[in-house]
Amino acid sequence: MTLQRTPHAVKATGLVKTFGDFRAVDGIDLEVRRGEIFGVLGPNGAGKTTMLSMLATLLSIDEGQAEIFGVDVRREPHRIRQLLGVTGQYASVDENLTASENLWLFGRLQGVASREAKETAERLLLQFALEEAADKPISQFSGGMRRRLDLAASLITRPPLIFLDEPTTGLDPRTRGQMWDTIRGLVADGSTILLTTQYLDEADQLADRIAVIDRGRKVAEGTPEELKTSVGDSTLQLQLSDGADQALAIDVVRKVLGEEPVLTPESGRMNVALDDANRAADVLIGLRQAGIGISSVSVDKPTLDEVFLALTGHDTGESSDPTDDRDLEVAR
Amino acid sequence: MSTTTEAPNETQEPREMRRLTVEEIVARTSTHNSLRDTVSQTITMAWRSLKKMRRNPEQFFDVIIQPLLFTAMFTYIFGGAISGSVSSYMPLIIPGILAQTALTACMAMGTQLREDMDKGVFDRFKSLPIARIAPLAGPALADVIRYVIAATLTILVGLVMGYRPGGGFVGTLGGWALTIVAAWSLAWIFTWLGTIARSAQAVQGISMMIMFPLSFMSNAFVKEDTMPDWLQAFVKVNPVSHVVTAVRDLMNEGRLTADVGWALFGCVVVVAIFAPLSVRSYKRHL
Repeated sequence: MTLQRTPHAVKATGLVKTFGDFRAVDGIDLEVRRGEIFGVLGPNGAGKTTMLSMLATLLSIDEGQAEIFGVDVRREPHRIRQLLGVTGQYASVDENLTASENLWLFGRLQGVASREAKETAERLLLQFALEEAADKPISQFSGGMRRRLDLAASLITRPPLIFLDEPTTGLDPRTRGQMWDTIRGLVADGSTILLTTQYLDEADQLADRIAVIDRGRKVAEGTPEELKTSVGDSTLQLQLSDGADQALAIDVVRKVLGEEPVLTPESGRMNVALDDANRAADVLIGLRQAGIGISSVSVDKPTLDEVFLALTGHDTGESSDPTDDRDLEVAR
Repeated sequence: MSTTTEAPNETQEPREMRRLTVEEIVARTSTHNSLRDTVSQTITMAWRSLKKMRRNPEQFFDVIIQPLLFTAMFTYIFGGAISGSVSSYMPLIIPGILAQTALTACMAMGTQLREDMDKGVFDRFKSLPIARIAPLAGPALADVIRYVIAATLTILVGLVMGYRPGGGFVGTLGGWALTIVAAWSLAWIFTWLGTIARSAQAVQGISMMIMFPLSFMSNAFVKEDTMPDWLQAFVKVNPVSHVVTAVRDLMNEGRLTADVGWALFGCVVVVAIFAPLSVRSYKRHL
């Protein structure tokens, strides 16, 4: 047993997971530093959950190396499980038990004495504002309450590293904000967090660093600022009334901003990255002067789709690519 | 940020321990579960199953209704035809029904486990540092309560209908205990099915196909010497036959015969094969 201080919470190189011919994770390197929130951003089916499951010993590692706090994931899965708290995409709590019974059960299973497990359950229920629901069956819980209970269940033994798989997918905005506060609180308490998300704004709000994953590969890594500047601070979305004007419109944008617009698959539609939202007006004036008609226009914050388009040259492909359901099914 | 990990949290409430450093936590991890851990985890899992049973009482329907219905039905329908009278059929059929009830009671293990494993909570069980046999052995332990109900009710119904076991109280108790041991052992076959099948329905279907030949192609309802030779050959190796014969010897004669030994040996063999198989296929699901 080595006691060397590793600066990394997670260090993985060349992770590969294949299901038949499908390379769900295709050579990913990952370094998560201690005490940070590391976000893994990607669309459904990109391999986020699969990668997390491999690191959490829930799936075998086909190729590559992974260490958590210097412990080899492949060789010592039992020790890894003692260092991790895992909160899945779907609340992994027992429907047949009440909230406090759930926490007691998971505490006991991890060797916490019965009385201590009861005290820990009470403390966590209080911390996650669930004390009033302590003795209610989970079937009466709202989605947000389930997620909170699920997270609480991952914290019983105060693991130094916490995996959160899409912690806010399906939550309403208010509950989402509460979850974000909770996650920030965990880091302030000294934990390291590896989270996956489909939402750029969530990664932006929470993560110190982000890796963008697409089709099992890492396509970019950096701070949220670095990622966003790659697509501009906001995006001007244009729909030309006549698709034939496209070449002309590209010229105009190039002249006004000195930048290439990103074309989307629809005819006559394009996205223009803007460092400053006010420059949208310059582009519109330029188009008017060139006599190009517009049927719709909007200025938005960049979405995950645009980050993707900018990084990979294709969209997130929600409709055509393997969905997360498939990802999960194969993972099982 | 990483410095906060090392900072002792002395300001927190006194009950709370100082937060350990990551190095201390890593150094404290163990490479495997001790036997004591495994037993404690199994008992905790059994507690979970018992809670579940209490909240879903329909899980007791089969072990309550079947002994009442089958004991009366089989005895009155077949009694005259097979043994000449209902009362002379009793010593033959009650141990037979005991074995059959045990078999159907433990059959539910596979379906229950499959349904359970599809739920989110099993994802968490897999991520916890617990022995891989605990989520399987826990429900098996809790299920003993169902076998106790099934065996007790069958014997009681028999007594009410006029069955007077020649082995007396001790012999009957022995037959009762052997039934429960056999049910618990055979349950591992269905546990294994639960871990390999794709759906609860599939488990149900396959279990039925195993249960019917095992219970009817045995000496549970009829003496095997009335059957064709090829069938007798199977009946004689069928572990259910040995259990039935052993229970008859215990309850009707109060004797510890070789068949009791064979029945127990059969139970050990079934567990020795199917418990490790179950754990292996449960692990592969990870």
